[in-house]
Amino acid sequence: MFESFDALLLARIQFAFTVSFHFIFPAFSIGLASYLAVLEGLWLKTGKAVYLDLFKYWLKIFAIAFAMGVVSGIVMSYQFGTNWSVFSDVAGPVIGPLMAYEVLTAFFLEAGFLGVMLFGMEKVGKKLHFFATLMVAAGTFVSAFWILSVNSWMQTPTGFEMAANGQFLPGPSWIEIIFNPSFPYRLVHTVTAAYLTTAFVVGAVGAWHLLKDKANQHARKMFSMAMWMAALVAPVQIFVGDLHGLNTMEHQPAKVMAMEGHYESHPDGAPFYVFGIPNDETQQLDWALGIPKLSSFILKHDFNAPIDGLDTIADEDQPPVFMVFWAFRIMVAIGLGMLGIGLWSLLARTRGKLYDWSLLHRAALIMGPSGFVAVIAGWVTTEVGRQPFTIYGLLRTADSASPLDAPAVAASLLAFVVVYFAVFSVGTWYLLRLMSAAPHPHEAGVKRGDEGPIRTAGITPGPTQNPGEEETLPQSVLVKKEDGQ
Amino acid sequence: MSVDLTVIWAFIIAFGILAYVVMDGFDLGIGILFPQFQPGEGRNRAMNSIAPFWDGNETWLVLGGGGLFAAFPLAYAIILPATYPLIIAMLLGLVFRGVAFEYRWRDEKHRPFWDMAFMGGSLVAAMSQGMVLGALLQGITVVDRAYAGSWFDWFTPYTLLTGVGTVAGYALLGACWLIWRLDGDVQQKARGLAKKSALATAALMGAVSLYNVALRPEYAERWLTAPEVYWLAPVPIATGLVAILLWRAIGRGESSPFWYALGLFLLGMAGLGATIWPNVVPPDVTIWDAAAPHRSQVFMLVGVAITMPLIVGYTAWAYWVFRGKVGKEGYH
Ligand code: HDD
Ligand code: HEM
Ligand code: HEM
Repeated sequence: MFESFDALLLARIQFAFTVSFHFIFPAFSIGLASYLAVLEGLWLKTGKAVYLDLFKYWLKIFAIAFAMGVVSGIVMSYQFGTNWSVFSDVAGPVIGPLMAYEVLTAFFLEAGFLGVMLFGMEKVGKKLHFFATLMVAAGTFVSAFWILSVNSWMQTPTGFEMAANGQFLPGPSWIEIIFNPSFPYRLVHTVTAAYLTTAFVVGAVGAWHLLKDKANQHARKMFSMAMWMAALVAPVQIFVGDLHGLNTMEHQPAKVMAMEGHYESHPDGAPFYVFGIPNDETQQLDWALGIPKLSSFILKHDFNAPIDGLDTIADEDQPPVFMVFWAFRIMVAIGLGMLGIGLWSLLARTRGKLYDWSLLHRAALIMGPSGFVAVIAGWVTTEVGRQPFTIYGLLRTADSASPLDAPAVAASLLAFVVVYFAVFSVGTWYLLRLMSAAPHPHEAGVKRGDEGPIRTAGITPGPTQNPGEEETLPQSVLVKKEDGQ
Repeated sequence: MSVDLTVIWAFIIAFGILAYVVMDGFDLGIGILFPQFQPGEGRNRAMNSIAPFWDGNETWLVLGGGGLFAAFPLAYAIILPATYPLIIAMLLGLVFRGVAFEYRWRDEKHRPFWDMAFMGGSLVAAMSQGMVLGALLQGITVVDRAYAGSWFDWFTPYTLLTGVGTVAGYALLGACWLIWRLDGDVQQKARGLAKKSALATAALMGAVSLYNVALRPEYAERWLTAPEVYWLAPVPIATGLVAILLWRAIGRGESSPFWYALGLFLLGMAGLGATIWPNVVPPDVTIWDAAAPHRSQVFMLVGVAITMPLIVGYTAWAYWVFRGKVGKEGYH
């Protein structure tokens, strides 16, 4: 079945497949790590058990999601060399150091403190444990910082010099490389995307348990927290997305033309196409349904501004339009949907009905996975939209690949597809099972099956290894607890 | 003469690889030995002894790959396509064993399956790493800054030998770690396994060393002619001594077998490094050919100088937090 595919196309499919799978997990764990830090911080501050219970509830989920993120990430760090060796050779001097910084400043931080975060509350005490949680959360952010700098440099390369042998060499200023023009936008937009993704998962779990039992205090708390996030962050995300798009128009105009479905130029006001079937062959948008002049307004804030189309771009430099056009619409639709939920929850809140409107709960439940769809759609827009280049305008995708034969890549792709679907579906199933259990008081920590929690006997033969069980709480906290929460 | 940053980087990468081999070596080794332990207590304790550390250990692999990419991009761009199937196999092996750490506790019905995945994944990863090492030592065909061999060049009797040798060595490290961290019957069991894997490791190390001399004329020259031989002779001699000390420690030591096993790896790495020096991809690509430009080296060196002490510090702290024997119920 692979005869008609060449090694290049297979390598692209393999990269897109593995990186998309990988990104699902960080999108969740960047947000969840911060959420856990907030929960633990609130617990330390207020002493209310509900925060500790929620912390432990989500910690179990985090452990599994993080493991999946790590193993799929290790695959990524080798993909550049295995499948894009020419790219690695020529771009290595510039992006290699950034990725090395990611390992040094982020991955070690996460991994070093993860063990303590998962298993160590008993051993190090609450303050140090909270510190470990903060370090893990910081690690996820720093990781996003570096890898997005790398990706952004590939989109909008600056600060480099060309060597005689075709290598990209760093110029005098690393700052110019790291903070390349699209990076700030991409960083903010992606990190807020991760927060939204997590908020909608947490909101859906809360909603599910509210639908089953409106009185569940824990479900109420998490639903309320998630809805605050949705209401506050969704508008920010849309605003930032708009800025991101304007920046893209400046640096990668062809991508924006593909996103908008503008094959032809519009000298006096371009329409915003709500629907259409892009056809690269005829260079036309079939079945187009557009709102006149709206695109000019969005992109130039002027209804009559002229907008160039793909007819100004040489054929061999155009991205494929169909995927970019539709992926962009999926992302934007979800963004608007998230905003809708956020506003609805505000309305419910002002009426005092946040925990009563089951229609809202149902909607939140349906929107649970929407963040994952949106982030993948966003990445497809970004990455397919910059084709046919890996380093925008300078290095073509076709000139980046490894000297591998198609059957070798076909075999590895097949292996990745089979293994990823098997392993990560099972993991997702375990996650869903954990989420379907109602959160309750005295939630257990990361328990190790029926054998009880993991224990490494050392100095503290504590009665239990569950972080923060009653016995290990200081007096002040116990007293506060009695006042009721 | 100015300091040669390329040489410094070669040593940093070598340090990263050594740290990886030792740290992930013992937890992969525990994976390889996993089925030797009884389901239930034995396996649970063995796995719990590494649960807080494995992610940190594996990060050294990312540093090895990422560091090579950054400091010697050409080497990265040659070695990975040349050993493509091995790298893919290693990555898939690591996927299985990484998730098994979490999954086996979540699903009792399928625990035997995830235990096998843990073993199989560890075995495949170890074998692939050993074979990549062998493929590198035996030399890689390079034309015009790119791999120019065919896709099965890496598959030879020599690489099989280095692969099996690595499996045995990791098993040895794993068994020694368990001697240190467990007690009672399980510890006795680990002592037995350590003996067997020590014998296998010593035999395979010897075989690989002899094969090396026959592998390429320049290796023979380095190891068998004066004056190089005077510089290098201490390595095999020290290896022999450490092997004897290790053998005596396995029967009764607590942490000492682990330290001796670690010494064995250190010497083995030193020997291999001396064999290929100053190439990074034998036979023709030297570390200077493959090195990243000066600016990249300096930038990263700053990063390493600042972060490495911190990394070593908090990694050591995490090991300290989870020190001591791993009990069945925690404490004794
Ligand atoms: C929860 C996730 C999420 C949501 C709701 C949105 N986005 Fe987004 N978007 C992303 C998650 C994301 C992302 C995954 O983070 C991307 C991929 C690469 C990037 O920089 O961010 C992205 C890329 C991306 C790009 C491509 C930039 C480029 O390639 O240069 C644009 C123009 C937008 N977004 C604009 C929007 C707008 C106008 C939205 C709302 C109406 C929106 N996004 C909602
Ligand atoms: C942040 C670091 C990233 C880097 C350095 C990066 C780099 C690359 C490279 C080298 C390619 C190969 C060119 C090609 O296949 O056409 C590519 C393609 C692709 N990447 Fe990324 N990528 C990154 C993140 C992501 C993420 C997070 C996603 C999605 C979730 C993604 C989605 C894709 C897709 C869909 C393609 C295929 C495009 C096509 O072939 O048409 N990328 N990327
Ligand atoms: C091609 C691009 C990418 C590569 C090579 C890559 C590499 C890796 C590696 C090796 C790990 C495991 C680290 C460990 O051992 O602890 C990892 C995990 C992680 N990655 Fe990626 N990654 C890529 C894309 C991304 C993107 C686009 C983001 C975020 C914006 C991201 C964020 C993270 C985070 C937060 C983790 C921590 C583990 C987790 O939460 O799952 N990565 N990545």
